[in-house]
Amino acid sequence: MSFLGYRRADGQVGTRNYVGVLATVACANEVALGIANQVRGTMAFTHQQGCCQTPPDLERVTRTLAGLGCNPNLASVILVSLGCEGTNVTAVAEAIRATGKPVEILAIQESGGLANTLAKGTLMAQKLVMEASRVEREPCPDSALVLGLKCGSSDTTSGLAPNPALGLAVERLTAAGGTAVMGEVTEFIGAEHVLAAQAKDEATGRRILDLVERMENRVKAVGVDMRGGQPTPGNIKGGLTTIEEKSLGAIAKAGRAVVQGVYEYGERPQEKGLVVMDSPGREPELLTGMAAAGCNVIVFTTGRGAPQGFPFVPVLKVTGNRNTWETLVDHMDLSVHEVIDGSESMPAAANRLYDAVLGVAGGVTTKAEVSGYFKAMDIYVTGPVI
Amino acid sequence: MIRNAIIIDAGDNIATVLRDVAAGGEVVAGSGDDTVVLAARDAIPFGHKVAVRDIAEGESILKYGAVIGAATQPIAKGMHVHVQNVVSLRGRGDLAARETSA
Repeated sequence: MSFLGYRRADGQVGTRNYVGVLATVACANEVALGIANQVRGTMAFTHQQGCCQTPPDLERVTRTLAGLGCNPNLASVILVSLGCEGTNVTAVAEAIRATGKPVEILAIQESGGLANTLAKGTLMAQKLVMEASRVEREPCPDSALVLGLKCGSSDTTSGLAPNPALGLAVERLTAAGGTAVMGEVTEFIGAEHVLAAQAKDEATGRRILDLVERMENRVKAVGVDMRGGQPTPGNIKGGLTTIEEKSLGAIAKAGRAVVQGVYEYGERPQEKGLVVMDSPGREPELLTGMAAAGCNVIVFTTGRGAPQGFPFVPVLKVTGNRNTWETLVDHMDLSVHEVIDGSESMPAAANRLYDAVLGVAGGVTTKAEVSGYFKAMDIYVTGPVI
Repeated sequence: MIRNAIIIDAGDNIATVLRDVAAGGEVVAGSGDDTVVLAARDAIPFGHKVAVRDIAEGESILKYGAVIGAATQPIAKGMHVHVQNVVSLRGRGDLAARETSA
């Protein structure tokens, strides 16, 4: 099997071919959006971080922005800076430049404010989009896929059909030499022993348990029962009673694939196969982390119906809830509810899902892309705003 | 008999219903090749859990063959199993806070 993708200078393969306009700090969002609104073929990344934070968070913001810029779905990048932020803008630019793609920095304070920066950035973006348009799609093997795994707005159907179907697809992808990235560490709580047993060795298993312990301690430090936060009120309405139950259904997304490595938030995996990445379950931060890790397609399973995508990485929505499939027609890309009815086998559903991933990788648009439903995004931070 | 519920692991003490079941209605739960039939004591909404045997207070609730929480009260076979009678054992900062203040 194969798909048509954009081969980049560093060997990564893009499934989309945008010019990224990345705000390096929350204060630059307006200008980044302004440029992206003016020039077709661009995608803006905005967020609420990059200043007045503790050094570990600023370091994570810098690393995440670098990862986003390096994502192969971007042909080139414009970094929109205010000029006084805590983000290390030079380091972001250097990391992106090392992939061989063009990167420009625009600083609002140096360029003379909104109107002047907007004018300069718009002309710059036009030129970059025209250059990017010369890149053609070419056949790429499945091993070039870096698939992000996400579940959200889950109900009990998630653990019965879409997550196990995705798990089988992940087994097939990793067997073909591809990569899959699983985050949402909060949703390992209560199921971490199962996942740790899938690790390639004891040290890797230990790192999974450590990630979960770190996340659970962050939650416990608040001094309350986390139920209501996780599982969410919607999860509970859908029949999920505890985080343990949600987690056991959630980790089915990994199938029985071997966990090859464990990474910090937004870090790019160094090996093929299934890897685990530290991240919370919440969509804006999780999807950003996947994009920063280099995911070129994300599969997002949902029960009650989560609508959100990501600006420059296609997010394929898969549900196992017949009602959601029939009512949320402008959000769901694929349904596997017939597995629950017993009228489709799990392997057949997994193969349909796998084919859909290849289709999207080759350029088939997702519902979230068509509707532009991808504005909620942010970078994960763990410390205070100071 | 048409199945309207599933017992994911043979050792589980709950079934997940695959369509709404009214109080007094029949639950026909598939468990591999076997089928377990019982009467629902409560209304069980689609996707929610029903006890397939009597569960004592403090006993583990088992789904996927794993512990998903503990019963806070005796749960009779056929009752709705959810937040009103099950607590999580994880992420419980409230318990840690109580231990600290004690």
